[in-house]
Amino acid sequence: MKWESLSAFISMGGYGLYVWGSYGVALLCVVGEIFLVKKRFRTLHKELGLNEKSSI
Amino acid sequence: MAINWFKYASPATFYFLAGRMIPFFTVVAVLLLLVGLYISFFVAPTDFQQSEAYRIIFIHVPAAWMSMFLYLIMAFWAGIGLAFNTRLSSMVASAIAPTGAMFTFLALWTGAWWGKPMWGAWWVWDARLTSELILLFLYIGFMSLQAAIDDPRRADKAGAIIALVGVVNIPIIYFSVQWWNTLHQGASVSLVQSPKMATAMLTGMLIMALAAWMYSIAMILIRTRSIILERESRTAWVSELKEGVTRS
Amino acid sequence: MILWIIKRDLLLAMRRRADVLTTLFFFIIVVSLFPLGVGPEMNTLRIMAPGIVWVAALLASMLALGRMFSGDYTDGTLEQMLLSPVSLSALVMGKAIAHWLITGVPLVLIAPVLGIQYDLPAESLMVLTLSLLMGTPVLSLIGAIGAALTLGLRGGGVLVSLLVLPLYVPVLIFGAGAVEASAAGLGFEAHFSLLGAFLLVSVVCSPWATAASLRISMG
Repeated sequence: MKWESLSAFISMGGYGLYVWGSYGVALLCVVGEIFLVKKRFRTLHKELGLNEKSSI
Repeated sequence: MAINWFKYASPATFYFLAGRMIPFFTVVAVLLLLVGLYISFFVAPTDFQQSEAYRIIFIHVPAAWMSMFLYLIMAFWAGIGLAFNTRLSSMVASAIAPTGAMFTFLALWTGAWWGKPMWGAWWVWDARLTSELILLFLYIGFMSLQAAIDDPRRADKAGAIIALVGVVNIPIIYFSVQWWNTLHQGASVSLVQSPKMATAMLTGMLIMALAAWMYSIAMILIRTRSIILERESRTAWVSELKEGVTRS
Repeated sequence: MILWIIKRDLLLAMRRRADVLTTLFFFIIVVSLFPLGVGPEMNTLRIMAPGIVWVAALLASMLALGRMFSGDYTDGTLEQMLLSPVSLSALVMGKAIAHWLITGVPLVLIAPVLGIQYDLPAESLMVLTLSLLMGTPVLSLIGAIGAALTLGLRGGGVLVSLLVLPLYVPVLIFGAGAVEASAAGLGFEAHFSLLGAFLLVSVVCSPWATAASLRISMG
């Protein structure tokens, strides 16, 4: 194992704020985009009253 | 193999084809992301100069790559739509823009959070960062123009023109900014990375970039499907879907 | 044909002189406000002057873009022009030149006076004026594309700034850069040749792109 402990992993050699700040916002952006894209498709589906089995 | 490729250029066919392709790209994206993250955090060694902070590279560089690739691909499809009057390619172009803008924003954001510990400033007027910022403005211009036009065909074509003008301008902007940056040496910070990058770092970056590609394709396909439904809601094949006729 | 369009647009502009003066006064006011914001320290102002004058010129030139086609669009002249056998690119070229004569040239003429406010030396004043003389036609030509694309849209004025300002970046860099380079004792010839190259490229490409945009906007 590369990291000695969980806290070492979180502190990232003292750069934890910057590393996790970057990864956290990246995660937020990706999750947010997935949510919005799916919501748009689902609403459309409902509005149009489609019966098609949706894969997403 | 005699495949009639034009068949796939019809929005109706593409709608079903995309529906079947999305799960594949989603699964591949998740797998690549897991492998990429594992390499980024557990395999790639600590950098001798930048310690652990360099791990931001694994999202920063793929995001920056994607922001540029996606703009080019968007302009390509928009241009095809303009030249050959194919509706589907214009729809794909509009579907690409939000994902491209998202990656541009991420590249800027991670650039700032990497710059702060390394250069001591959240923002430097470096040639690459500045060009990336202007790229974000170009994406925003494209999306706002399309949003302001009610007629979808006019929106497609107007967007295509501005995307193509943008493509001609991006290299000019990049080189102007670079020239401007070298002229003002005082403020510039060298971004040159250490000459030999560990293989694990490079692999991690490439796998993360591939994951971003697969993710983008999945997002673009879903968004294209929504756009198709919005525009074709009054056509026969959508009505068939309403009546529950299964077709695949 | 180009001459006819230019003459016509100039005549129309002369009838509504207030519009022309508004753009000019906007330019003067923006440039004069900066010292109030950053303080009267002459050394700072001298360094900032080229950038301030150039940014103000971009904004002033952009403000008048909306008028380039909208008048002809509302009274139906533009539709007639599209149907006429004359090349649309030539027509657009004429309109862009007229726009430059109405908004660009006054900016170029007033710029040395504004430069004096910032205590620029004589040589810098000359370079600033020349760089504006070469750069403002590019602004009108690029702006024409944006004006054509946003024709008749709600909120077209703000939209045009989003579309056009990022494309102005190279002109801004080399226009303001020429003045800085001459002040620093470096040659400004390279900047001028690049501005000239931008002018050539935009003269060749922009009327064509603008004509295509007009056709799209008029459906």
